[in-house]
Amino acid sequence: MGVVVFWVLAAGAVAGGIAVFAVDSMARATFALLLSFLCVGAELLLIGLPYLGLLVVLMMIMEMLIMAVFMVMYMMNPAGLMPMTMVHNRRGSAAVSAAVFAALAAGALLTPWPERRGVPAHDTTFALGEAVMGPKMAVMMLVGVAILATMITSVVLATGRGRYDRHGDRLDARRPADPGRGAP
Amino acid sequence: MTLQAFLLTASALFATGLYGALSQQSIVMVMMGLELMVNAIVLAGAAFWYHVTPGTADGQVLVLVAITVMALEMATGFAVVTALFRAQEVDMTEGAGELKE
Amino acid sequence: MGEPGAVWAVAVLPPVVAGLALGAAGWDSVLAARDAGRGRALRAAADPLREAARLLLRPPRTVAAADRLLLRAGVVLLPAVALLAAMVVPLGNAMVMDPAVGVVWFNAVEVAVWAAVWLVGWGSNSAFGLVGGYRFLAQGLAYELPHMFALTTVGLGAQSLRVGEIVQAQQGLWFVVWMPVAFAVYLLSVLAMAFWGPLAHPVADDAAGGAAVELSGPDRLFFLAGRYALLAVAAAFAVPLFLGGGAGPLLPAWAWSLVKTAVVLGGLVWAGRRFPVVRMDRFAEAAWTVLIPAVLVQMLVVGIAVL
Repeated sequence: MGVVVFWVLAAGAVAGGIAVFAVDSMARATFALLLSFLCVGAELLLIGLPYLGLLVVLMMIMEMLIMAVFMVMYMMNPAGLMPMTMVHNRRGSAAVSAAVFAALAAGALLTPWPERRGVPAHDTTFALGEAVMGPKMAVMMLVGVAILATMITSVVLATGRGRYDRHGDRLDARRPADPGRGAP
Repeated sequence: MTLQAFLLTASALFATGLYGALSQQSIVMVMMGLELMVNAIVLAGAAFWYHVTPGTADGQVLVLVAITVMALEMATGFAVVTALFRAQEVDMTEGAGELKE
Repeated sequence: MGEPGAVWAVAVLPPVVAGLALGAAGWDSVLAARDAGRGRALRAAADPLREAARLLLRPPRTVAAADRLLLRAGVVLLPAVALLAAMVVPLGNAMVMDPAVGVVWFNAVEVAVWAAVWLVGWGSNSAFGLVGGYRFLAQGLAYELPHMFALTTVGLGAQSLRVGEIVQAQQGLWFVVWMPVAFAVYLLSVLAMAFWGPLAHPVADDAAGGAAVELSGPDRLFFLAGRYALLAVAAAFAVPLFLGGGAGPLLPAWAWSLVKTAVVLGGLVWAGRRFPVVRMDRFAEAAWTVLIPAVLVQMLVVGIAVL
């Protein structure tokens, strides 16, 4: 039973991934990618990682929807009503990725992987929490700083109008000069 | 559900993402390819945790980091695309090369 | 302690959710009729059923070049989200399942509303529809973080993400008493999640109905029913999170769950009729400058109390 579910989800994940680059509509491509993520999230649930599996589901749904916004913003033909190809060096890319797949697959099948050591904790979520708040705390702190840095970077890069544009040269405008007349 | 089965699936996902990242011209599509590659890493990391070291939470921490990487990659990527587009109406990888000149 | 996996809970779940959704729709119609000054407003309680029959019988409109696959996916997703989220909501002591990360399950499922509304707006190939979809995403970015922090506060207070244990942790004192800010933020995020009342900007009249503009026939029925179901389930989840679950004198636990749910749901529907629609960018500004700090302070207080 578990094996069947595993292979169905694996097939779904790979099929979704392939569909991303095969469909014309960019909206469909985004949701094909989401399908791939959801299948991987379900695989994590299958091997007893409920928290990480649901985290993948949660974050990827939000991420793909944000991606949909940018996709409509920046793609010439988001709905795919006039099919066009926007690819370069298709043959070379296919050859490279086929070679990489062959190498990875050979490595996966031929490497003598070590024996399984230990058993999963009774509550894997608790074990993860203890790890990132104990011995692995440096990882958590680094991730936190990285997230903060990314927030600042992306706002600085993406914003077109700063507070001087909104509130005047002396920052004394009572209402910001926003397109939608924002809150004071 | 052997380790090999997980790794084969992850390899296929990684190769598909690599194809996308190499062949697509639109930056948004390139980022979809990159996301797919990180997705493969999430799956492989979880599989290693389950099949090799389930006793410790190290594998789980790796997966957590990979998920964060996905989110950060996308946020920065879109910010860069937005900055590029604002600067010179570019949304294709070929156009971005001209920034060097 | 909960009794997850009871077979009858699986069978009872869809009719209970449907009943609550229908009740919410009927109550909303009664309020609308009273506001309009129609005599004997209680008669309007049957309006939703009439409307459902009308939607099922009338031939639906079609839009040229609509993305039917994505549209249908969005329309079906909304009620599906409500049912999946309801799986971790206890009725008395019984629930379909009680996973160790039940609160995360609820959150992960309920985020799919983003996908549902955007898919409906995009799939109907209409400018107003897409505007509605975008509005919901902006609103989603505003409500999701306070919502998550409110859920985290509850998990912190109970020191568990298992819904059954959260209910047990409230045997002495309901969480609403010492987490009032989290409770208020949760209710507000429920309104935003179900794009209801003051936070109905994604389907507001100024965009001719927003995301739902081109929906007709059974599609519209599914969408609207799913929205009421979502409102009902999210209101029902406030009961185990903040209102002590099925605890109460005299009545059996399942009855107390229903009574508390009805009160919360009725209040939300009533509030939806009492307040004007707030533009999503203003809501976003308020959410990030007021709600997030407030709920973070609440979490700090709870964290110190738990220590």
